Amino acid sequence: MALLTAEHITKQYGSRTIIEDINIHLEKGEIVSLLGVSGSGKTTLFHVLSGLTEPQKGKVVLGGEDITGKPGRISYMLQKDLLFQHKKIIDNVSLPLVLKGVKKEEARAKASPYFAEFGLEGTQNQYPTQLSGGMRQRAALLRTYLSSTGVALLDEPFSALDTITKTSIQKWYLQVMQHIDLSTLFITHDIDEAILLSDRIYILSGQPGRISHEIVIREPKPRRDDFNLSPEFLEYKKDILSKLN
Amino acid sequence: MTKKLQNITSKIPAIVALLVIVLVWQLLCSFGIVPTYMLPSPIDVVKALFNDRAIIFDHAKISLSESLIGLGLGIFIAFVMATIMDYFKTLNLAFYPLLIITQTIPTIAIAPILVLWLGFGMAPKIALVMITTFFPIAVGLLDGYKSVDEDALRLMRAMGATKTQIFIHAKMPAALPHFFSGLKISASYAVVGAVVSEWLGGFEGLGVYMTRVKKAYAFDKMFAVIIVIVLISLLLMLVVNLIRRVVMPWEHVVQAERKRD
Repeated sequence: MALLTAEHITKQYGSRTIIEDINIHLEKGEIVSLLGVSGSGKTTLFHVLSGLTEPQKGKVVLGGEDITGKPGRISYMLQKDLLFQHKKIIDNVSLPLVLKGVKKEEARAKASPYFAEFGLEGTQNQYPTQLSGGMRQRAALLRTYLSSTGVALLDEPFSALDTITKTSIQKWYLQVMQHIDLSTLFITHDIDEAILLSDRIYILSGQPGRISHEIVIREPKPRRDDFNLSPEFLEYKKDILSKLN
Repeated sequence: MTKKLQNITSKIPAIVALLVIVLVWQLLCSFGIVPTYMLPSPIDVVKALFNDRAIIFDHAKISLSESLIGLGLGIFIAFVMATIMDYFKTLNLAFYPLLIITQTIPTIAIAPILVLWLGFGMAPKIALVMITTFFPIAVGLLDGYKSVDEDALRLMRAMGATKTQIFIHAKMPAALPHFFSGLKISASYAVVGAVVSEWLGGFEGLGVYMTRVKKAYAFDKMFAVIIVIVLISLLLMLVVNLIRRVVMPWEHVVQAERKRD
């Protein structure tokens, strides 16, 4: 059984239907991308999945439990790192634990071991402004990981970074994902990024947004270094481009 | 070390300007260009201050305690009001315009009423200080609460945060810079508010002392009191800055990083 499923989700704002009859699922350990043009309802779907808003129809099931409209179960990460300027990195990343009632010192102790894994060693007592954009996104990802119960939604997390930083953080991201227990649903409008990172890709299109295609990327992980330059990669890209139009 | 040096050198122009003004003032008096019964020379003022120091000190203690109690109450009421108004949108809509209107009422105009209501003791002075200091703080807090990124609030909710947790972790810290900016203004208003209300009746305080020496046409003593008031205001503002530094240690880091960029 899938770890997370969204069944027949329809969401309207007023009389406008944003997404209609969305059916997706996420298996344990998977990275699945939602690819779609702007305005196709990707972010709305994320708001529904994370429980920030309730859909008119359909339900969200996590590990067998209906979590429709219940926030706090699935963690969420945005393009903006949204780290609090007034908190040290250690307190920013351990905030989700504190919100769940863990004492500050205990939360810090729980978060500390992950700093090495996430390449954040030595930043514990720094403030977010002292870190580069790429490092801040790593910290945001660690916070997302610590607040999750195994599933994370990432809403264009790397799109604000420059190309060089982005490439290196994507590689790093795939590496980290090999070591931690996190299944992620990834919003992006960057086709290359979707192919590079995902096990599967859902294409969201139309208005209201519907899942029009599902593409499986049959490339073993960890991905080889020149995967994004290989003929297979271009085949996937061609296929996706034709399906987006 | 170099930073400290920079801090000192950046203050040199202000110190020089002040010295020049005092010097010109002294020369104007020394050469009899302005008669001393109208404008006492800086030296006369310092002498008056020194001679009357014991009396002035006692009066200053009263004014300062009125200021501090009033300011404390002002902060408390501002905090309670702003926080409640932030929690309940309807209350915000209802009270925000009233808040602005209370600020347009001139202090001088309500001071006599307060004296009639509350008598000649410390109560009307404290009340007046409270009324004048509460506004900048309340408005600062309200703006500060609103300054939090909508996405940050959404993220907090997605992490399962309660309203109170959102307040403690996101809103309150975001409001602190605004709060301290308001408090700095209020701290300087506080002493002035206390002195103004003392003019209108009472037995102790710098304002009472001022009205007494005014009746004696003792200009040098009046100027001495003005200097004391200025010093107390500056001192309060300095204390506010020190508290700000302690309460918001991250602010320094942020500023240092901005300078580096």
